[in-house]
Amino acid sequence: MTELLLQMQAIGKSFPGVKALADVNLDVRRGEVHAICGENGAGKSTLMKVLSGVYPDGSYEGTILFEGREMAFKDIRGSEAEGIVIIHQELALVPFLSIAENIFLGNEHAAHGVVDWNETTKHAVALLKRVGLRENPSTRVADIGVGKQQLVEIAKALSKEVKLLILDEPTAALNDEDSRKLLDLIVDLRENGITCIIISHKLNEITRVADSITILRDGRTIETLQVGDSTISEERIIRSMVGRDLDHRYPERTPHIGEVVLSVQDWTVHHPIDQQRKVVDSASFEVRAGEVVGIAGLMGAGRTELAMSVFGRSYGRDASGTVWKDGVEIRTRTVSEAIDHGLAYVTEDRKHFGLHLLESISRNISLASLGKVSRNGVVNASEESVVAEGYRKSMGIKAPTVESLTGKLSGGNQQKVVLSKWIFSDPDVLILDEPTRGIDVGAKYEIYTVINALAAQGKAVVIISSELPELLGMCDRIYTLAEGRMTGELPREKATQEELMRYMTMTRG
Amino acid sequence: MSVTMEKTPDPVQEPGGTGALLRNLFRSNVRQYGMLVALAVIIVLFQVLSNGILLKPLNVTNLIQQNSYILILAIGMVIVIINGHIDLSVGSIAGFIGAAAATMMVRHDIPWPLVIVLSLALGGAAGAFQGYWIAYIGIPSFIVTLAGMLLFRGGTQILLKSQSIAPFPKGFQNISSGFLPAVGPNTNYHNITLLLGLAVIGLALLQEVRKRRMQARYGFPSLPVAFFVAKCLAIIVVTLMFTLVLASYRGAPVVLLILGALLLLYGFVMRTTVIGRHVYAIGGNKAAAQLSGVKNARVTFLVFVNMGVLAALAGLVFAARLNAGTPNAGINFELEAIAAAFIGGASASGGVGTVFGAIIGGVVLGVLNNGMSLVGIGTDYQQVIKGLVLLAAVGFDVYNKKKNGA
Repeated sequence: MTELLLQMQAIGKSFPGVKALADVNLDVRRGEVHAICGENGAGKSTLMKVLSGVYPDGSYEGTILFEGREMAFKDIRGSEAEGIVIIHQELALVPFLSIAENIFLGNEHAAHGVVDWNETTKHAVALLKRVGLRENPSTRVADIGVGKQQLVEIAKALSKEVKLLILDEPTAALNDEDSRKLLDLIVDLRENGITCIIISHKLNEITRVADSITILRDGRTIETLQVGDSTISEERIIRSMVGRDLDHRYPERTPHIGEVVLSVQDWTVHHPIDQQRKVVDSASFEVRAGEVVGIAGLMGAGRTELAMSVFGRSYGRDASGTVWKDGVEIRTRTVSEAIDHGLAYVTEDRKHFGLHLLESISRNISLASLGKVSRNGVVNASEESVVAEGYRKSMGIKAPTVESLTGKLSGGNQQKVVLSKWIFSDPDVLILDEPTRGIDVGAKYEIYTVINALAAQGKAVVIISSELPELLGMCDRIYTLAEGRMTGELPREKATQEELMRYMTMTRG
Repeated sequence: MSVTMEKTPDPVQEPGGTGALLRNLFRSNVRQYGMLVALAVIIVLFQVLSNGILLKPLNVTNLIQQNSYILILAIGMVIVIINGHIDLSVGSIAGFIGAAAATMMVRHDIPWPLVIVLSLALGGAAGAFQGYWIAYIGIPSFIVTLAGMLLFRGGTQILLKSQSIAPFPKGFQNISSGFLPAVGPNTNYHNITLLLGLAVIGLALLQEVRKRRMQARYGFPSLPVAFFVAKCLAIIVVTLMFTLVLASYRGAPVVLLILGALLLLYGFVMRTTVIGRHVYAIGGNKAAAQLSGVKNARVTFLVFVNMGVLAALAGLVFAARLNAGTPNAGINFELEAIAAAFIGGASASGGVGTVFGAIIGGVVLGVLNNGMSLVGIGTDYQQVIKGLVLLAAVGFDVYNKKKNGA
């Protein structure tokens, strides 16, 4: 148990404008389950991408020693050849191929390009038995649940003579029962000599299965805890994960809070495909005029799903619950209904859900409220440009003209375009989903200033964020969401990162 | 993230520049200008190779009449493509409507103006049928319209019992082969056509001046005076030449007026109306459009209804030109229309393209067809060359996009 299987030394990795990893050291012993913890953006996934060769040798700093030898992976194939296999959070299975085909995808039992189906089935059956999955190997992956799909992924990894198995948030999409089974399997694999790295937000799971825990924060290794005989409390981990000072990164605001503007009661939403799963489970929240309310939750807690389903049922199915605006129940079954009732939702994924990247700034800004710059269905392009020009100046969008394509702007400026679009729709309630994701510190401050100005105008603002300092710096009140349920509600004075993290990791089971 | 901004210096911060303005203007319209330049080159090339036959009045008139139905289809097709879809059925619908109109006029003696109205409505219904499956049920347009292509082709043959039906009343034939009436004093030119040409020039100039005034009023950057004058002169010269050529033969064909009206109407709809905006938004980013309150399904449905109406119109024009309803009418029209839209700068992934571009693309194809026939290139090589032109135009597009990092 003492031999080191993997040593990552002084790993650094930069992206344009962001230093994702500064100085990470990670020692993994052979035959252990090693957990990696950290807030969103702490660098966990980046580190695993360095290890598995997604970021090739030369694009990062530091050295990787595996079984005592220095590694220089050019791609994933290189790391897999050494027995390092990563299972990503989003499963990489082809839904319409069978379990057996998926297990051996890219690694087929074949002679001269012709697949030997008997060998394939035989090996698949053996692997499925090993991971405890009782399914016919010819079943389509689309026809089995997410939990079983996860097991197929592991079987696929085992087929590759895996020595080090990396699981990125393996239980994020699973229900309690499936999660328990998966953790049992990990323990079982450890007994069979397979070393595991597990990345998870669910601290109760980590304390259950991990032999050691490495904590990352802001791209650095903070410490590695050995579990040994004495169990480590979740509080201990949380303190290490968030332990950072709140500095003056947030503009001052004196809140003037009025009546309740929006109230959502008993909101439940089911997963669009896995209909048994409740992604949001009778969640309730309210926000008042001039108030900035935060919704904190870890990845997969159902934050975006809650917001999008309230905003015109844009996510999930079988949404139930009520939405009240200014004390009157309203229907928000379509996006236009939601907009008409004065709601606005600024997406966390501006490239996929927010912008037409091949279109100009002005046309993006006007899209949600074309009625304001048109008469009888005819758009007044000059009026539209004037409006856009106004936002370009007031929001400080750095672009030559409002005719510039949004696809060419930096992340911060794209975000300002999306914000302008929704401010122009003149909503009473703005729901901002990760409003500062992927943008630099300067642009963040500008966006915070805009948010404060909106609240000062009497708008009700909801901020969804996984950056706790951001919520603590901006919000008057913070709700916590875990596994789709509201687990807590804290006023600004009482909220601390530790307290929030405790509520956010408050899982069933 | 911020690196993209650093790479392209911000022209606003260097207000030195009409040069920068022009560069920007050209870069953002490189596709349109490029196509116009290519069209000019092709025209000059074939004018020389054909010893001046290409631009003879008779040939120009023919060119318009031969390509009118493809251009009508191209207008509808580019809207479908901007919306992020494709329509393979337009040729079959055009054939089907031609057959239906022929049946109504010849077998049932229904008056031709009524037949036109009924035919357009029938085309709209065919489009609505396909649009329903695409927009509300969510079947990919490629499949629905492939089915429609078979369905309406079969329908055409059933209607006509695999025979041609002819002839049509003179009034109906005029849609395609008619000309504006000759009136007024004998000037050796077609008077109404001359007046029409002058009117077009007047309106175009008025529009340019208005645009410029608007830019000045709102404080937007505009073209330097010299370029503005050059642009106006170019409009005057090209329109005048075109008018004189047409006027020295039998005048403007009726179908040219139809085309002109469609170009104005759809250009306006796509450029400046809310629904036009919604079409672009859906094609560019479906999810973002939906989240902005655009009614994706309804807009897509209407786009296909519109395509059906335009396909019906193209079918009528083609039938009128042949003076017969035939079972094979409209075969491969969809391919020409799709090619025209793409040559004219539409993006295969949706969200990008213009009605004007599609017309230019269609004219490029038409001149190529006609020019190559004039210089005696066989249809075998014609197809090869057209294929290469399509590939080159779209390849140029993709290359440009990559270079600009969009």
